[in-house]
Amino acid sequence: MSILRKLFTAIRGGAREMGESIADQNGVRIFEQEIKDAEGKIEKAKRDLTAVMAQEMQAARKVESLTADVQKHENFAAQALDKGDEALAMDIANKMVELQGELDIQTKAQESFAAHVTRLKGMIKQSTKTIADMQRQLVMVKTTESVQKATTAITDNYASGSSKLLTAKESLDRIKQRQQDLDDRLAAGDQLKSDLAGNDLESRLQAAGIGSTNSGAQDILAKLKAKKAG
Amino acid sequence: MLNLKTLASELAERGQDAEKDFLFTVNAIPGEVEVLQILVEDREELPIFISTSDDQVLCIAYLFKNEEVKADMVHEMNNAMLSANISIPLSSFAKIGDQYVIYGALSVSSNLDDVVHEIDVLASNMVEAIEVMSDFLK
Repeated sequence: MSILRKLFTAIRGGAREMGESIADQNGVRIFEQEIKDAEGKIEKAKRDLTAVMAQEMQAARKVESLTADVQKHENFAAQALDKGDEALAMDIANKMVELQGELDIQTKAQESFAAHVTRLKGMIKQSTKTIADMQRQLVMVKTTESVQKATTAITDNYASGSSKLLTAKESLDRIKQRQQDLDDRLAAGDQLKSDLAGNDLESRLQAAGIGSTNSGAQDILAKLKAKKAG
Repeated sequence: MLNLKTLASELAERGQDAEKDFLFTVNAIPGEVEVLQILVEDREELPIFISTSDDQVLCIAYLFKNEEVKADMVHEMNNAMLSANISIPLSSFAKIGDQYVIYGALSVSSNLDDVVHEIDVLASNMVEAIEVMSDFLK
């Protein structure tokens, strides 16, 4: 069964500790062993492949030289017949039968080696794929296991921490409140800054005798004096 | 390949680098496998947990529990989460036991900047995720 299927089965079965349920089956050890075995098989197949390919090449060379030999003797036989030497031609023909028999054997051997090579190459390709798949699954097992362990550590920490007491909404409210406080503080800071800047301008205007300056008191006095005089 | 111990000290240093505007603290949680707890500044309520295995670095934030979801909306929410998963940059939703989580997985050949970026994105995604899923929560 694939690891993902095991995970799904565990989850659907309501298993909380899905990592454990997989580790329980010695998943890691079994997978590692299977991968090792498969790698061993590939190594052997590769050695076999080299040997069989060498045999195929030898057979191919033999086929080539025997074919040439047969051809050569055919020419000899023709020449013997041309010279009217029937007996010699017959001997050559016998030799050709022998050579042809050998050629047939070597051709069959070459074909068989070639087929073996194809089979081995296919097997190596297949096993390589299987190993890649098993390694992917092994990563899944290890990750599940590691997440399981990390989660246990986190949950233990979480349970002892203050954050445990807060729901997500409460946490969000606090974070947003803090953000709001910060925004307010920033806004207040801006306000203060602009107030200060405004005061500064006012004092400068005053110093320059522009705008509604301190003349208010003097104006009142002047009005009072004018009243008295009038 | 990232080593959690090295990563922990590098992250701790980077998290307190006042030059950067993204700050966080790092705590190691002991256990059968070591886990780092990352508290992002101003988002301490939602810690991010980091663990490493042979091939990946996992960054996980716990969102909420089964029991926090309105019973009649579980199916709709699960469906929405699955549908939204692919659109969320770097983070995905998942469940660990009765906890809904949001997580990101990195290759162990990632560098410190990759991990920091992952934390940054995850910290934003987790808050936004709870925000948009509030309707489903009690």
